Amino acid sequence: MAYPAELKYTKDHEWIRVTGDTAEVGITDYAQQQLGDVVYVDLPDVGREISAGESFGSIESVKAVSELFAPMAGEVLEVNPTLKDHPEMVNSDPHRTWMIRVRLTDPDSTKSLLDSTQYEGILT
Amino acid sequence: MTDTVAELRKTPLNARHRASQARMVAYAGWDMPVEYSGITNEHLAVRTRAGLFDVSHMGQIEIAGADALAAVQRISCNDASALAVGQAQYSGLLTPEGTFIDDMVVYRMAPIHFMLVVNASTAAKDFAWISEQIKPAGQVAAVDTSSRYALIAIQGPASREVLQPLTGVSLEDLGYYHFGHGEVAGARATISRTGYTGEDGFEVFVPPNMADRVWQALLEAGRAADVIPCGLGARDTLRLEAGMRLYGNDIDETTTPVESGLNWIVGWKKDAFIGHERLRDQKKNGTERRLVGFEMIDRGIARHGYPVVAGDRRVGVVTSGTQTPFLKKAIGMAYVPTDLSATGQEFDIDIRGRASRARVVSLPFYKRARA
Repeated sequence: MAYPAELKYTKDHEWIRVTGDTAEVGITDYAQQQLGDVVYVDLPDVGREISAGESFGSIESVKAVSELFAPMAGEVLEVNPTLKDHPEMVNSDPHRTWMIRVRLTDPDSTKSLLDSTQYEGILT
Repeated sequence: MTDTVAELRKTPLNARHRASQARMVAYAGWDMPVEYSGITNEHLAVRTRAGLFDVSHMGQIEIAGADALAAVQRISCNDASALAVGQAQYSGLLTPEGTFIDDMVVYRMAPIHFMLVVNASTAAKDFAWISEQIKPAGQVAAVDTSSRYALIAIQGPASREVLQPLTGVSLEDLGYYHFGHGEVAGARATISRTGYTGEDGFEVFVPPNMADRVWQALLEAGRAADVIPCGLGARDTLRLEAGMRLYGNDIDETTTPVESGLNWIVGWKKDAFIGHERLRDQKKNGTERRLVGFEMIDRGIARHGYPVVAGDRRVGVVTSGTQTPFLKKAIGMAYVPTDLSATGQEFDIDIRGRASRARVVSLPFYKRARA
């Protein structure tokens, strides 16, 4: 699966779609492959302030649990309501299945994220 | 023991797994497939059709000689005298304290010849223990025959119709926990109606050099029924749904058959066997804790090692837990104080800092409809 050029990435295998001062966060195709079948995504309450690097939730597959880390600081505006009943969307369509939408504390902070070419570079 | 990392052992099907793009992991010192097409897909295949498993990492220990029955009766907690030739039973290999060195399946190959199928992680420890313990039994010897067998399991409702065309052994006449000898796809084989999934199915012992041929023949014969290869991941979720204990998780050298709800594998009418005093005492006087099955009431999945809590006090521990692909529920097993062990009783599990409610349910979680 290709890594879309319009997304930003972290070395923790998350992707970020920045639109103005808001951003959607999800996990990459590589991450979902490593996890296997996702069965549950535990997300924060709307309104919660999260800081960069903080664990904001967890994602559970049949075999393991892994933490979700906030790539940037911000306030949670929305969590993806589809994931409650369809966590498997993380596997079937990882780059369109966002988990949280946040208002960024500092929109410039996204400049330090990886672009798709750099991200593909760390996978090889 | 040395500090060097030992090279992982490979089953005779290792090249086949790698060529098939299976995801491989290190398990009990072996390089094993954890999943092929995904745990959920493989799990559902076994519940609805059939799946193929390489379980060649399991160990085999054979005990033979004039006094073989007495030797097996001493080391195994179940009653091997109840076995006819061609019959198998689930049992425990216990310490003098009645705790599990391992769990195992005991096969009666001949009147004075038994085969124990044991866990890969404990095979060496088991063999050393058994060799020592059977010395006083008289004319008997134990041999580690693990390298003589590859072991392939076909599990699921379609197993019989897939396997039958490949063998002259009448599978219909093979009862549950019975086995027979013959050929499978031209390979000398022992076929056992056993498994670790809660489904009907067979475990086929073949010479290692025939393993790939038998594996491919089974996949080919199973093509119409959409039989797929499965890994250890699905094996674990399947056995948990079926309420089967996993050594190292649910039972180990700190727990006994009575505490883990396995009274039925203890030969209570037998004379002395290793660990029997402790078991008889526990049966008579009860135990402080019990292994129970639970399902989550609150959202979340309890995993191995998570604490069972009462307020801020730790009162027990989760030994296995997952979200099951077939029942689609978060289930698990845990040791809890006996007064919390009745079906319907509720307790809390600390899921990464959050007290989450769970309810005791009777085992197994899943039971197949028997024809």
